[in-house]
Amino acid sequence: MGAHGELRHVTRVYPGNAGQPPLHALGPIDLDLKAGEFFGVVGPSGCGKSTLLEVIAGLAPVSEGEVLINGAPVGGKVVDGVGVVFQDDASFPWLTVRDNIAFGLRRKGIPEHEVAGTVTDAIALMGLAGFEKAYPAQLSGGMRQRVCIARTLVRQPQLILLDEPFGALDQQTRLLMGDELLNLWRQTGATILLITHALDEATMLADRVGVMSSRPGVFLEIVETGWSRDRDSRIVSETRFGEITARLWTLLREESMKAMNMEKKTR
Amino acid sequence: MRVKRVTKLRILVLIVSFVVVELLCQFGLIARFTMIPPSEMVIGIVGLLLSGKLNEDMATTLSSVGIALVASVIVGFAAGVVIHSFRRVRRTIDPLLATYYSVPVFVFYPIFIVLFGLTDIPKIVIGFLYAVAAVVINTLNGLDRIPPVLVKTGRIMGMTRIDIALRIVLPFAAPYLFTAVKLAIAYSFIGVIGSEFILSNRGLGYSISYAYNNFDNLTMYSLILFILTFVLIINMTLHSWEKKLMQRRGFA
Amino acid sequence: MTARRRWTPPEQLVDWLVLFAVLITAWQLAHWWAGDVAMTTPFGTIAYSVKTLLSAEFWPNVWATFSAFLIALALASAGGVLIGGILGYHRLSGEVAEPILVGIYSIPKVTLYPIILLFFGIGIEAEVAFGALHGIIPIALFTMNAVRNIKPVFIKTALVMRLGPRELFFSVLMPASMPEVFTGLRVGFSLTLIGTLLSEMFGSRSGLGFMLMNAIGMHDMDVIMSVTLLLALFAGLINAGLLMLDRHLHRAPVQATMLGG
Repeated sequence: MGAHGELRHVTRVYPGNAGQPPLHALGPIDLDLKAGEFFGVVGPSGCGKSTLLEVIAGLAPVSEGEVLINGAPVGGKVVDGVGVVFQDDASFPWLTVRDNIAFGLRRKGIPEHEVAGTVTDAIALMGLAGFEKAYPAQLSGGMRQRVCIARTLVRQPQLILLDEPFGALDQQTRLLMGDELLNLWRQTGATILLITHALDEATMLADRVGVMSSRPGVFLEIVETGWSRDRDSRIVSETRFGEITARLWTLLREESMKAMNMEKKTR
Repeated sequence: MRVKRVTKLRILVLIVSFVVVELLCQFGLIARFTMIPPSEMVIGIVGLLLSGKLNEDMATTLSSVGIALVASVIVGFAAGVVIHSFRRVRRTIDPLLATYYSVPVFVFYPIFIVLFGLTDIPKIVIGFLYAVAAVVINTLNGLDRIPPVLVKTGRIMGMTRIDIALRIVLPFAAPYLFTAVKLAIAYSFIGVIGSEFILSNRGLGYSISYAYNNFDNLTMYSLILFILTFVLIINMTLHSWEKKLMQRRGFA
Repeated sequence: MTARRRWTPPEQLVDWLVLFAVLITAWQLAHWWAGDVAMTTPFGTIAYSVKTLLSAEFWPNVWATFSAFLIALALASAGGVLIGGILGYHRLSGEVAEPILVGIYSIPKVTLYPIILLFFGIGIEAEVAFGALHGIIPIALFTMNAVRNIKPVFIKTALVMRLGPRELFFSVLMPASMPEVFTGLRVGFSLTLIGTLLSEMFGSRSGLGFMLMNAIGMHDMDVIMSVTLLLALFAGLINAGLLMLDRHLHRAPVQATMLGG
């Protein structure tokens, strides 16, 4: 059920405007995203992780190369079957939790009685029971992200892209949300690509982790974790967990320092 | 740089507008008795200023504005500090403040004229009433925004309450107090000049009204342009100061 | 430090009664100080107001003022939202225009009234124009900000859901900007009313503003105070209602807003 994604020599250069030079943000990237896998992306700040996500989703065009989903080129437009959970809270403040989650389904023209059932299931799945009539302003950050995830899930995407979805949450909540995400992954069978700055999160959640260099971001290495599909947050106690995380940091440490220096120069 | 380009465009827009109006007037598309060409307005202003005919009016208006301004800032600021300290008073007064500007303050002008006669006092009071609420609201706003953590830092350092007020609260709230003063200036002008216009016997607003009634378009337009330019320059200068202050703090 | 707690309705009611009592007392004191010739008593004014409301000559004046006001409000709202929407959407235009709009907003617009009279002649057109002029600027400014401040993530979400342009506008952009636009309309309401009244006070032969100016000439304190009271009550009550709507739309407490300041 998961989509198969492919990036062939993808580059993204932001055109310069009004006196600013063009910005080579990403690439060249080559990636074969296997159907149904959980792929993590880590990298220093400013390396183009979010750009990568936008390019895959079809929200931004590529400057070179092509993006294919299930063999069909994406070409800078969003294709059917893709879901995105953004870093910023995207819950609509003018809708209740229930209406937020139903939003995508209603836009698709699905009849109301079907919508009701699907939404109720999603609410139960995401632990939002009892909050159907609440407005996002009344919920915590973590709850709002759950609403966004639920809203994405009910459309049954085959490819789910997440950009630091748990960034605003504390460590313990993150671990629990990670467990939930793994559950959803197993239940839906979708392909997942998750961007995170937390190395342990990537190690725990992903089958493979792509380590990006500083800008312009390219993959330095793709680390295989080799976990079984049944994993949950308890794998943090395994020795291999520490080894993988250490490997990620070894690759990243220099890139992070480079990124910090780049930031200093632009001030 | 992007910023400069926007400024250039804006100046271009203003120049083009000026030229368009000028041409419309010169070619008679706008009748002379409706509006005189802007160029003649500018010459008129210069003439009036040089002849000294404006001096008395300017003195009246500016002194009234000044008194209203100083009074509204002092009273408004003090009131704001007091109201902020007593939460219950704040809750009570809040609906009054929220609906304050929905009531046309000028409707009270007749009452003050009857009370104080046709002197400068009624318009000063109107200017004051118009401006004071802005000062109170913005003072409250500024005091609201002080993160408690800053005050806690002061207390841990062993500062006295007055010290904290002067060295932490005041500098932090400064941009908002600046906003308050900026608005007080604008509103004092609106209150005073508006009152002079409605009913008065001296001042710049009165002179405009007088010129209008006497079909003296030259004087009228020159005065209008003068007041508008004067007030605009003051307000825009304050506005750009304010922006710089806010930007430095990361608010803009 | 006192702990934060919610004020219960009975406490709020007491607060408002206290406020009311204080205002009435201040009024009564002012009357004793100023004398009958300068100011009427609270109760006398209320009595006269009731009499006014029941009188025949009052309502044509009300109608004159409010017909002008409503047309002006309609123009200011439609124009302001349209202009603000365009300026908010098209960044460069918005950046260029904003200081100009703010500048016009801050000047004493009363001084422009003679110009409007010269262009429109004395009559309802001038009142409408003047009223609309007062209201259109804040509505435009608020709408512009509302459109600018729409979170980009909302648009991205809509794009991911492959919404067409019409759907994007009606189901995302409009509801997202609604609270802020409404605040602008609320402020515009008050300002348009002020503009309409002002234009009547200066040059008109009917309407509430005219009634006021006429009463000054005749030194009729009863009329002055009661018309003022009725106007203040009307404006205050409507604005309080709009304010509650505003809070509801924002789904959060709204602080006493400045006139766009």
